[in-house]
Amino acid sequence: MVFAHGFGCDQNMWRYVSPVFEEEFRVVLFDYPGHGGTRPPISEADRYTTLSAYAQDLLSVCRELELAEVIFVGHSVSAMIGVLAEIEEPERFAKLVLLGPSPCYTNDPPYAGGFSESDIEELLESLESNYLGWSSAMAPVIMGNNDRPELGAELEASFCRTDPEMAHRFARATFLSDNREDLKRVTTPSLVLQCTNDAIAPVAVGEFVCDAIPDCSLVLLDATGHCPHLSKPDATAAAIADFVGG
Amino acid sequence: MAERPIDEAGADAALEAFYGALADDDADELYDRAPCGYLSTTPDGTIIKVNQTFLTWTGYSRDELVGRTFAELLTAGGRIYHETHYAPMLQMQGTAREIALEVVKAGGERLPALVNSVLERDDQGAPLVVRTAVFDATERRRYEQELVLAKRRAEDSERRARSLVRTLQQTLIPPEPPEIPGLEVCAVYRPAGAGDEVGGDFYDVFEIGPQRWVVVVGDVRGKGVEAAVVTAFARYWVRAAAVRHAEPSQVFRVVNEVLMRHDTDRFCTAALLRFHRTQEGWQVVAASAGHPLPLLVKPGTRARAVGRPGLFLGSFADPVLHDQELLLEPGDVMVLYTDGVTEARRGDEFYGERRLRGAVEKEGIRLKDRVEGLLEEVVDFQSGSPRDDIVIVGVAVPWNHRPAGAKPP
Repeated sequence: MVFAHGFGCDQNMWRYVSPVFEEEFRVVLFDYPGHGGTRPPISEADRYTTLSAYAQDLLSVCRELELAEVIFVGHSVSAMIGVLAEIEEPERFAKLVLLGPSPCYTNDPPYAGGFSESDIEELLESLESNYLGWSSAMAPVIMGNNDRPELGAELEASFCRTDPEMAHRFARATFLSDNREDLKRVTTPSLVLQCTNDAIAPVAVGEFVCDAIPDCSLVLLDATGHCPHLSKPDATAAAIADFVGG
Repeated sequence: MAERPIDEAGADAALEAFYGALADDDADELYDRAPCGYLSTTPDGTIIKVNQTFLTWTGYSRDELVGRTFAELLTAGGRIYHETHYAPMLQMQGTAREIALEVVKAGGERLPALVNSVLERDDQGAPLVVRTAVFDATERRRYEQELVLAKRRAEDSERRARSLVRTLQQTLIPPEPPEIPGLEVCAVYRPAGAGDEVGGDFYDVFEIGPQRWVVVVGDVRGKGVEAAVVTAFARYWVRAAAVRHAEPSQVFRVVNEVLMRHDTDRFCTAALLRFHRTQEGWQVVAASAGHPLPLLVKPGTRARAVGRPGLFLGSFADPVLHDQELLLEPGDVMVLYTDGVTEARRGDEFYGERRLRGAVEKEGIRLKDRVEGLLEEVVDFQSGSPRDDIVIVGVAVPWNHRPAGAKPP
């Protein structure tokens, strides 16, 4: 079972949900380059301006660990990254769980993604003004220090602290992508987990995704916000368990 | 006097009321008139309580806000940021501090704000309420925007500087030594570190007459543009002087004199070999100006340094310099190098001359492999990131050397 984090944070986002599945499945968590404990790429950073680059990374993780019959759980933009990976290697995947997916965040009437391009520019500015305060303070990445509990506090503070350049690229790749046409090429059974009140991925968008994927069901979670795995972890885990169990 | 904007007047009045409340110790007034906006929301963000300062700043009435979510008051970009960063952080670590967001006021204008939140939990650890303080950051945001612009400008000029450095490096180091009939030459150059600085190491291989060639390796002390200028200057004068003067020491004296006259306090070390092809092989005259002596390896023997040490160039009026003659025969190899080789460091340990000799004494391999293998060893010794420039030039007389003027068999 592979859990992929969305734009904004890192694999820690799954900490209330993924442990539920550890007994029954091999659980794999990872960070995209420049996120969480992963260093930003040195040489090929410019590659990361399209979602397919992230999909390649996801497939690399699967290949490296020789994963088969993968149950993929992708939050937010990672839902589409999973879709792209599935289209390239459908035989590797058994099930897709798409948590708060959106194939296109910008409006293209009659499709209502929810945002205009100027909104996205505003987000990029918002990223910039927030990283101004933090980026230099972001401690050198701390890894494998389980024997040094005093570093725990520092780790805590490094949640959601992403390499600014990579965050910028990821934001562009995420919010300026349009993968609506790719959905119908998905052959793996899929589940859309949709919050009732999500400002980033509204219900109509979740329904659009589910209608476009040939073999798909939708479960509505009674939750506000874009991160039900944090705000309603039990309900989220239960819905995933239902889908992967049945 | 110009009329002041209503906001500002309102804010001043609120501040006055706040000081009044401070004096009176009135908790309700302290809350309502605080010099920052206060909001209390449910864990999912729905506003349940808001203070007067926030209402005054944003122009909303209390009824308009209670029941809406805080994220709804933000710009669209800020809303995404809220949902993807702010809310997760708050839920995972219980606090979010100094987040820059813009609140959209009732009239549509924006209030740049810095926002701090804490998430309070009940006895069972279930999220109970989020308390948020909003600070007016109008001035700070302007300053930040200037900083962002300055940062972009700095990044641009760094990019330009890097490309200038690369261009300079390419002009200072000849790409490939020329083909010399009867003499094999192989040269490598590796700039220090990430290769983003112009160093002072150089080499040159050029013809000065029929069957006569010069090989020179040098090192101008220091780095950066000034060192690069002196390097180009020194290389030019070696060429100019080598055409007029037969003895390498004489060439160095000319370079010394022009460096002394040049407006720089940089000095330069160099080793120069002058080659003349004869019946027996190549007649060589060697001189060194404060530079590591070239190494000579005759087949089946140990490497030995060639020449006598002389004084470096550019600091003293009449440097002591010596010429030494030798004969290079088929199978002989000479290696010239800069101190980036011997002074390569791993911790407290130097790469040193012993390793260098070991590397150049390797027999039965091509000159190219000997020179490139040595470079690789020195770079690896420093874990791939050399602290100093490295130049290595190898010269070999092929086994099938035919004397000058001999007829082909």
